[in-house]
Amino acid sequence: MSELLIKNGFVFDPLQGIKGDRMDIGVKDGRIVEAGALANPKTIDAAGMTVMAGGVDIHSHVVGPKVNVGRLFRPEDKLFKSPLKRCNRMEMGFSVPSTFKTGYDYARMGYVFVNEAAMPPLHSPHVHEEIRDTPIIDNAAMPVFGNNWFTLEYLKNNEIENNAAYTAWLLRATRGFGIKVVNPGGSEAWGWGLNCEHIHDPVPYFDIAPAEIVKGLIETNEYLGLPHSVHLHCNNLGNPGNYTDTLDSLRLAEGYAPKNEFGREQVMHVTHLQFHAYGGDSWKNVESRTKEIMDYVNAHDNITVDMGQVTLDETTTMTADGPFEHHLRAGNNLKWANVDVELETAAGVVPYVYSPKIKASTVQWAVGLEIALMSKDLMRTFLTTDHPNAGPFTRYPRVITWLMSRAARDATMKTFKWLDRTIESTSIDGIDRELGLYEIAQMTRAGPAKALGVSNIYGGLAPGMDADVAVYALDPESMPSDPAEIEKVFGRCAWLVKDGVVTVRDGEVVAEPAKRTVWVDVKVPENAQVQRDIYEHFLRHYSVKLDNYSLFEEHLHNPRVIEVDTTQ
Amino acid sequence: MPKKVENVGCPYCGVCCDDLVVTVSDDGKKILEVENACAIGNQIFHHATGGERIRLPRLRQPDGSYKEISYDEAVDYAAKVLHNAKKPLIYGFGSTNCEGMAAAAKVAEKAGAVLDNCASICHGSSFLAIFDNGYPSCTLGETKNRADVIVYWGANPAHAHPRHMSRYSIFPRGFFTGKGHKSRKIIVIDPRHTDTAQVADIYLQVKQGHDYELFDAFRAVVRGHEIPDVVAGIKREQILEVANILKKARFGTIFYGMGLCHSDGRNHNVDIAISLTRDLNDFTKWTIMAMRGHYNITGPGAVWSWQYGYPYCLDLTKRDIAHMNPGETSSVDLAMRDEVDAFFNVGTDAGAHFPIDAVKHLKKHPWITVDPNICMASEISDLHIPVGIVGVEVPGIVYRMDNVPIQYRKVIDPPEGVISDEELFERIHKRLCELEAEEAAKGQVKAAPEGVRAESEP
Amino acid sequence: MKTVTLTLTNPSELFLEGQNITPDNFAGKKAAEIAALDVWEGKQKSPLGKYFSVEGDGGATAAETKIVLRGDCTRTKRIGQQMTAGEIVIEGSADMYIGGWMKGGKIHVKGNVDSFCGIGMEGGELLVDGNAGSHLGSSPRGEWRGMQGGMIRVAGSVGNDTATFINGGTIVIGGDADIHVSTHGEGGTVVVKGNAKGRVGGQMVKGDIYVYGTIENPLPGFQMVGEVEQEVDGEKARFVHHIGDLGERHPVSRGKTVYANLYTRI
Repeated sequence: MSELLIKNGFVFDPLQGIKGDRMDIGVKDGRIVEAGALANPKTIDAAGMTVMAGGVDIHSHVVGPKVNVGRLFRPEDKLFKSPLKRCNRMEMGFSVPSTFKTGYDYARMGYVFVNEAAMPPLHSPHVHEEIRDTPIIDNAAMPVFGNNWFTLEYLKNNEIENNAAYTAWLLRATRGFGIKVVNPGGSEAWGWGLNCEHIHDPVPYFDIAPAEIVKGLIETNEYLGLPHSVHLHCNNLGNPGNYTDTLDSLRLAEGYAPKNEFGREQVMHVTHLQFHAYGGDSWKNVESRTKEIMDYVNAHDNITVDMGQVTLDETTTMTADGPFEHHLRAGNNLKWANVDVELETAAGVVPYVYSPKIKASTVQWAVGLEIALMSKDLMRTFLTTDHPNAGPFTRYPRVITWLMSRAARDATMKTFKWLDRTIESTSIDGIDRELGLYEIAQMTRAGPAKALGVSNIYGGLAPGMDADVAVYALDPESMPSDPAEIEKVFGRCAWLVKDGVVTVRDGEVVAEPAKRTVWVDVKVPENAQVQRDIYEHFLRHYSVKLDNYSLFEEHLHNPRVIEVDTTQ
Repeated sequence: MPKKVENVGCPYCGVCCDDLVVTVSDDGKKILEVENACAIGNQIFHHATGGERIRLPRLRQPDGSYKEISYDEAVDYAAKVLHNAKKPLIYGFGSTNCEGMAAAAKVAEKAGAVLDNCASICHGSSFLAIFDNGYPSCTLGETKNRADVIVYWGANPAHAHPRHMSRYSIFPRGFFTGKGHKSRKIIVIDPRHTDTAQVADIYLQVKQGHDYELFDAFRAVVRGHEIPDVVAGIKREQILEVANILKKARFGTIFYGMGLCHSDGRNHNVDIAISLTRDLNDFTKWTIMAMRGHYNITGPGAVWSWQYGYPYCLDLTKRDIAHMNPGETSSVDLAMRDEVDAFFNVGTDAGAHFPIDAVKHLKKHPWITVDPNICMASEISDLHIPVGIVGVEVPGIVYRMDNVPIQYRKVIDPPEGVISDEELFERIHKRLCELEAEEAAKGQVKAAPEGVRAESEP
Repeated sequence: MKTVTLTLTNPSELFLEGQNITPDNFAGKKAAEIAALDVWEGKQKSPLGKYFSVEGDGGATAAETKIVLRGDCTRTKRIGQQMTAGEIVIEGSADMYIGGWMKGGKIHVKGNVDSFCGIGMEGGELLVDGNAGSHLGSSPRGEWRGMQGGMIRVAGSVGNDTATFINGGTIVIGGDADIHVSTHGEGGTVVVKGNAKGRVGGQMVKGDIYVYGTIENPLPGFQMVGEVEQEVDGEKARFVHHIGDLGERHPVSRGKTVYANLYTRI
């Protein structure tokens, strides 16, 4: 493999504490090496440019059945909205892009790793087929556990060891990455058209409450010592007044400490926090409660969060929170898809228009930005749009611009129809903070990589790590006065090196290096009871045979296994 | 010793039974026994090794006969047809795995073709309804474990999906439905008193072509409005009674079939069924599901949606962007209007299924059939390329009618030399790339491929 | 106003896609430049001049440009697509998508048109002297924001699925309409001066439909509420007033539920 030297860039690598030093980055055989170790490298001149590790997305819906429903049932998301073909394959769709467009666009933004936020286990072969067709970026996918009948039954009886054995089995069966929890208990209740809005609402029949599910899964996660923590989508998403439920959910992590060999320091990742930080009791008097939420997060370092920033676009919402999507449709009367998955989960999909003319949307916009701007630790606060729920991931550059520039925020706020009421209901107008490039690097690569437990491979530029390097045509010593320039630069990186291969140049994809599927293989002691339970449920309650459920090896594409051994 | 292969998926209908046990002779060449399958599924396996199979591509000759040619020659011919046509149509995929569909899409995109699947003449109208109104659905195991009310509307699974009722809907004992059939109310709505209607607790004989009016009446009643004395041939009292059952269900599923998507109004019948399902979710839990026909006809809708955002009727002729509008870019409409100038029939039988005028138009142009077997399409083609039978000789992922992916196995090897759909399309793609490169290098590729056109009257 | 005359002299083998044939694209161009604009025959992109002779230059703006099409355009699609101003006259018949996504200006077709004409229309005027196919003034697939504004007038009869998801604007049909008129409608007006076959106003939330002749199969979700006199298309007449679709959701405005109105002429 060839050698590369990325010369003279301003390097931002929070994992090593490098804050814009002018440095050379060496690349050899797909790995970062000391610049001096290269014999005869090709050179990338990064003088006057910003150099970061490849981006890492901790939470994005990019592959799998509900994403595909979003694509299928929205032909209007393609009509007059798709760019013309520039790479090997066509790139269709705006809010829910095709797999090809997903891979190409992430690469153009300088991203290399995207964690699919919710994989229904029964559909794992579908997820892996889409991963195969998503070019360039490495993918992991988290199976959902929060409404899984096995999990509910084990945790009801406080059988952490059994739940751990089942979890290990399911991660292997689906080639999954970690424990995702979506509206714990609520999506099972949705099987009867019901919901669990609060963490102490009992789950019908199963005689367990969301609080016990979350705590049980944290214990399971730390019992196994997985790379990532429990990844939680709280109960009562998207409703005015829900911040108290969110605080209740956050408190569930109290008393737990991380136990793992991957450098992860949190026991709970709370995702798309923006949707969970509302006061008031209706959309008429909704207000931001970001301060209460972020005060709590700032004071508890065993929690990480991501934003779920609203981008003010027409988009497509999709979540395993089935009852929420039903509820959302009742508000906007648009088409509604729903898929309840036997013994495991549910999902709903509804188009949604966030508009600067609607107060609810502009308040949500403010809440999202407040989360990052009120954070005292951006290594624990990550940039997401909960793609495509609050907006498509292709708007990350715009979100970065809002975070880096008060002027950019002001310009957007000028377009708000209910500006005064938005300012009244939120704190956004009182915040002057502007984030720097180091903090953006924390939020978009170093932090997420650390929280995912993969910071020995991704998210940094230390020798030995994957040679994933993004170079942006941005001079930190003379930042552009026009915020629109920042957006442009982060949308189309000057260079992306992925696995040591020059993949993007001047914002265009020039190569498609092989992408990987990252999964976690946990070795646990044999557990006869769990094996018997699995056998029984498949015999009686699943509609597929046990032997056809686990992903066949031939359907796993270019795997990268992270091994965890609990038997030692 | 004969070998038993277990957990085999059935390549017949959208029920995708994956519990078949197939016994193969000890030389691995003959299928001896198939357990658990319905009569039709059984037949598909036995047919694979029961008689003579086509082992080489066959090219039409001047005297009208077929001559065997090599796969390389067939690939070259196919690639040239695609390359030279202004608007080729690639259609079918009722009986292919997803890997083959993905490879075919690559070919269609490279060739600038229209890419369509059998849903176009089947549940395509369901897609139109889903585009307009969504799809509140579930996996079949949900119905089995929870449903206490089942509606079959314009569907006759007793004949078309033989094990549907026993595996998923009426008879099985699930987690919350331990009493099986006894715990469920079955409603069948159909103009014909079908064999499925025989097992119904309530049967409504809707007037042919007036399902939409009946749905409208149900919706009005559910919202508490008055309706006329008789709607679509059904008395008001009966409509009220059924509406009450629907509202009081704990969990219900509406399974609908061709009766809705192929009578007047097509997509609108499905669309209003979706509206009713949605309305009922304000009271209790209801889901709806299309009774998809072939075992993997759900597959191309899934694969092409993630690749292009459209499940069928993809017009890729503009090369840089995909366009879809059934009614224009749908295979039968294109053929009826004489809009295409080459035809690929893949794993289906357009010769038997398309209207005669459509077939006549298509026959004016090169016609290539890709299919393991002899069918009407293969017999009127200019080129017939045999491939292995998915689910018997070729493994792969297929999507069940509820969009659940099922991993199919292979139980025997294909006849010696016969390749898979996926390999065939990968090779055509490679040849297309070569032709493009040649053309870029030295101008137009020689127009007419070797071989002679078949008689144009089918 | 300057006139560009296109005469189809060299018919295509397959159908042509002529989305570039709009006053917007012709404005500011000389005849030769217009002849160089792209049209598509399947995957083959060719200059307009390969099929049409072009006489006359475009005006300075779209509004000052008139296009006259002569010859058999029954195999030409997408004429006038997305036009914002100016005028198009088609001397004979034309194929699909005529006036699709039209925002302004005027199209006059002296013969018939096929399906999807006036689809996604936002403004302007589309006149058809003959018949129109299906999906006249309808919304594109999956789009819930259908016809927003403008006027479509068809002298003859129309196929099925007229005005699906209509939100605004007016469609006047001189003859009969096949099944499905204003399905899922949430505004706008459709006038059928002949007979309607059925499914008139199904799943309709808001908006008005007038039928002068008979409705072969009326929907159970529409209920008669009285008789009214109304002025429609310049003439006064008495109608039976029905509201519906009672099976569908309906918004409440100032304390009153808003229904779709179906008026049948007495």
